[in-house]
Amino acid sequence: MIDNKKVLVIGGGFSGITAALETAEAGFDVALVEKTPFLGGRVTQLNKYFPKLCPPNCGLEINFKRIKNIAGISIFTNAEVEKILGHEGSYDVAIKINPRFVNDRCVGCNACNEVCPVEIPNEFNFGMDKTKAIYITHHQAFPFKYVIDGKNCKGPSCAKCVEACKYNAIDLNMKHEIVNINVSSIILATGWDLYDVSKIDNLGGGKIDNVITNMMMERLASPDGPTSGKILRPSDNKPVQNIAFVQCAGSRDENHLPYCSYICCMASIKQATYLREQSPDSTVRIFYIDLRTPGRYEQFYWTVKDDPKVTFTKGKVAHIAEDPETKDVIVEAEDISLGKKTKERFDMVVLAAGMVPSTKTSKIPGDITYTSDGFVLPSSLEKGIYAVGSVKSPVDVSRSVQDATGAAIKSIQSVRRSK
Amino acid sequence: MEKKFGVYICNGCSIGESINIEKLIKSSARAAKIQPDAVRVHDILCSPAGIEMIKNDISQGMNTLILGACSPRVKFEEFDFPGALTERVNLREFVVWTQDPNTDAAQSTAEDYMKMGIIKAQKGELPEPNILPDLSKTIVVVGGGISGLTAALDAAEAGYEVVLIEKEPQLGGWAAKLYKEVPREFPYEKLIEPIVINKIKEVEAHPNIRVYKSSTIEKTDGQPGLFDVTIRTNGTSETIKAGVFIMTAGWQPYDASKLVHLGYGMPDVITNVQMEEIAKSGKITRPSDGKEAKKVAFIQCAGSRDPEHLPYCSSFCCATSLKQAKYVRELNSEAVAMIFYKDIRTPGQTEIFYKNMQNDPGVLLTKADVTKISDIGNGNMFVEAENTLLGEKIKVEADLVVLAVGIVPATRASQEYLDGLTEVTTKGDDAKNAYLESTPKPEFILNLGYRQGPEIPSLEGAYGFADSNFICFQYETRRTGIYAAGCVRQPMTMSEAASDAAGAALKAIQCVEHVSKGIAVHPRAWDATFPDPMMIRCTSCKRCTEECPFGAIDEDEKGTPFYRINRCRRCGTCMGACPERIVSFKDFSVDLVGSMIRGIEVSEDEFRIVVLACENDSYPALDSAAIKRIKINSSVRIIPVRCLGATNLVWVSDAFSKGIDGLILLGCKYGENYQCHFVKGSELANYRFSKVKETLDKLQLESDRCQLMQVAINEYDKLPQMINDFVERIEEIGPNPFKDL
Repeated sequence: MIDNKKVLVIGGGFSGITAALETAEAGFDVALVEKTPFLGGRVTQLNKYFPKLCPPNCGLEINFKRIKNIAGISIFTNAEVEKILGHEGSYDVAIKINPRFVNDRCVGCNACNEVCPVEIPNEFNFGMDKTKAIYITHHQAFPFKYVIDGKNCKGPSCAKCVEACKYNAIDLNMKHEIVNINVSSIILATGWDLYDVSKIDNLGGGKIDNVITNMMMERLASPDGPTSGKILRPSDNKPVQNIAFVQCAGSRDENHLPYCSYICCMASIKQATYLREQSPDSTVRIFYIDLRTPGRYEQFYWTVKDDPKVTFTKGKVAHIAEDPETKDVIVEAEDISLGKKTKERFDMVVLAAGMVPSTKTSKIPGDITYTSDGFVLPSSLEKGIYAVGSVKSPVDVSRSVQDATGAAIKSIQSVRRSK
Repeated sequence: MEKKFGVYICNGCSIGESINIEKLIKSSARAAKIQPDAVRVHDILCSPAGIEMIKNDISQGMNTLILGACSPRVKFEEFDFPGALTERVNLREFVVWTQDPNTDAAQSTAEDYMKMGIIKAQKGELPEPNILPDLSKTIVVVGGGISGLTAALDAAEAGYEVVLIEKEPQLGGWAAKLYKEVPREFPYEKLIEPIVINKIKEVEAHPNIRVYKSSTIEKTDGQPGLFDVTIRTNGTSETIKAGVFIMTAGWQPYDASKLVHLGYGMPDVITNVQMEEIAKSGKITRPSDGKEAKKVAFIQCAGSRDPEHLPYCSSFCCATSLKQAKYVRELNSEAVAMIFYKDIRTPGQTEIFYKNMQNDPGVLLTKADVTKISDIGNGNMFVEAENTLLGEKIKVEADLVVLAVGIVPATRASQEYLDGLTEVTTKGDDAKNAYLESTPKPEFILNLGYRQGPEIPSLEGAYGFADSNFICFQYETRRTGIYAAGCVRQPMTMSEAASDAAGAALKAIQCVEHVSKGIAVHPRAWDATFPDPMMIRCTSCKRCTEECPFGAIDEDEKGTPFYRINRCRRCGTCMGACPERIVSFKDFSVDLVGSMIRGIEVSEDEFRIVVLACENDSYPALDSAAIKRIKINSSVRIIPVRCLGATNLVWVSDAFSKGIDGLILLGCKYGENYQCHFVKGSELANYRFSKVKETLDKLQLESDRCQLMQVAINEYDKLPQMINDFVERIEEIGPNPFKDL
């Protein structure tokens, strides 16, 4: 049993980091548990935020600096919460820390990566390039400490990295560890996964090379992405000139996700600017059902709509096929405003895929009720457990920040009630 | 504290293999005025043995540490020595990873960085927090709608005293005027009873909350922890002490009288707000004849998303009209509801509510642009529309028309008035006086006695919605200790407003707690330093008061500036602004940075370029470029600053008189979508720079020698090239002519 933390935050994405920091800066100890080896979650994969078009790493860097400067936050990466027992004021929590195979002595020098013989698809870039079995996701990753992909590493029989490391930082025999803590309250911020577009038969996702997801588009446009920020289509690395965005790819569809995923309209409009900025002659078409740019976001929509090279077409996409020779993408759709069917050729198509709460597939160990879509049902939560961000319903980053800050006060109230 | 210097050099991460450590020891010892054998070298300074060595020295009285190792962005847990002034010198990223090893250039770069670190440690001091006496932790909530009630309750439940001020004679705001609310949760089937009714009861009964109804704020003076708030209630005034504000003044429905083109003014054309009142009676009746309405038309975006009216979406109206359509259907199963929309906006799971409503055959939804509402003559109206999904014009009969009007933030009137005032002020006193005479002064909400104006500023182009500018930091406003929440910030639904208000309450608590410890609030929430001006040398030029982005500096009757330290965010903009250079922080001052610049070795046959880098974005970007091992010209010396706004022009003369050949200011993007967390740091630096350029030209010192570059943190891959290009230009211009003086 390590020292008693007051508040546990599950999930180290932007919501979880915010909830943890806001609680800690109000003077309460926090434990933050993140499943992956690094903090930041989904936003680390984004090129820019809408509507300001500013880089997410800016806000993350400030938050990491806050973490560095504030006592009272314990961070567990590569870790999962295995057990939650108890009630407001006293939850016994078991945290399983999966082996990173790299200890705190890692200095981030990259010598291990250079000698590692195992190349694996880079999950951070959705398989669009390769990484090594010992890796760091990007140059601003936090903590800045390498990790070994245990599934792909050849283990002690290879150990080239162990040899290369001058700092005694690699331990290929590292085992998982269980840490038990006691907390007064718990904030759930487990975030979301992208809907698996290969389940949508007619849109070609996962089957056609040049049909990609919106998250892949973020990586393509990112300076630290697989193409160093150049928007090149996967089949032949040709610069994209003519692109289509298909909204509600999975969302608002009873056969897939019955809800709206909130961010996809704004995300596609933003991504239209990525291409337009890179290539002055490029053209963009956005197929949509309803354009959802709530509140002040409307202004961003207007700005992009004013660009004559960006067309918004109200209509549902019926079918997407590949031209086997050119690898171009043929989109058949219904243009509702014109009342006719259209068939058009694009260099590349982006599917505005929806959000699936991570709790759809991995439940939190505790007495929690979920909707049929896997979202946490907030009213089912007992006092002492609070859900934030996309674990409750799809939301954007700014609303996640509000929600996470709000959850921090609820967690403090729990601490106070249990004094 | 008498400083006892400890200089440490790490041999690890190829530092020892890339630099002549013996020479580095000698130059560092000279700079630190210690014996060379007192400089400690360790093979891996961050290893447990290395840390043990340092801790051992500290226990022997060492209190000022200079650690030549890696970037301060890493190994922060290891190199954490509370009570010791610790200066990290970035030899790894800025020398080893960016310079060719074992070259004279790498050596002199390393020696300069060590020397600058030593100077910083010599000039700097450990912070001692400035805690003002008699602080209040009371939280003032302005506005008693759903946001204000939520904020008040959340703060009170967390153990804080709350004062809630409401303009109206009763609490609840618009939320209390509702018949029912949109369901908030799956399965989104049943409308819910207004949540606000219970909240009002809880607030009124809560021992930590004092409620002032029919009250407004006459005046607010002071600063976080020490606000004097004068509350006016029914003609009498009372002044209370308070620590912090939550601004939840809410919104007004858009003025429907401006929507004549949508039929407003006709007896049976009403707003969505009026519809709630009607529904409360239990029957949907028409104002004209009291008959029950059977064909109710809802016109969406009545004013919203319209450049002539409100150029934004009001966020809640789609779900509200769907809810009101449900009133129509539930209160009379024979009645039908027709919704004319541009786009239906029910984001997130609210979509499921929309789907449920679509399943009701008595609710008809049509995408259309409504062109006209006309009187049929039989007491009913025609709704005429075009651009429908069928492509044709339609004409539908209705006996009641509901305009889904949008929201106008309560802050808009004051904002427009103040923006107008700012504009005319630039045109001289006559224009200003004419404006003051001719323009009716709106009722201000906070009535701040700040030099920078009576309200929290709104953003450019935000139509009167209050700050904040940041996606990641929703509560980072330009007035410390005043946190806006709910529809004063942006259009939102009731549940969004409640979550926003809870967040604002947390920030308010943080603010009073930090003030009580004498530390800053976000984004330097750990910082115990503060600006400490040597007032005896102040000339009352007021540049600091004008440039402080947070209104932290006021002026007394004589016009002498004085700090309201608890409003300060510690960016150093005042330090940069002051021509007398009298503002200093314990670990950051004009002299400290100037001395670092002057400490750089300059020789006749080499170029030297100084980069002043904003530590929030630019420094991490430089670090990231180094992690990517992108080479940077060896003439460059990087000095981090809190914000480019802290750049004092004397540093320019420090640099050029010393013989530095070029100067780069590296900071955040400015303009409408500014990224500077201190609002205008890089913009102000650029402004000051433009002034100095004229002087440089006069001195025959090419003004091209200084350049401000705006860089985002993710542009690090381009950054070394930008800097190297600049160095090339300087090489073309030639050496600084003052070099050999």
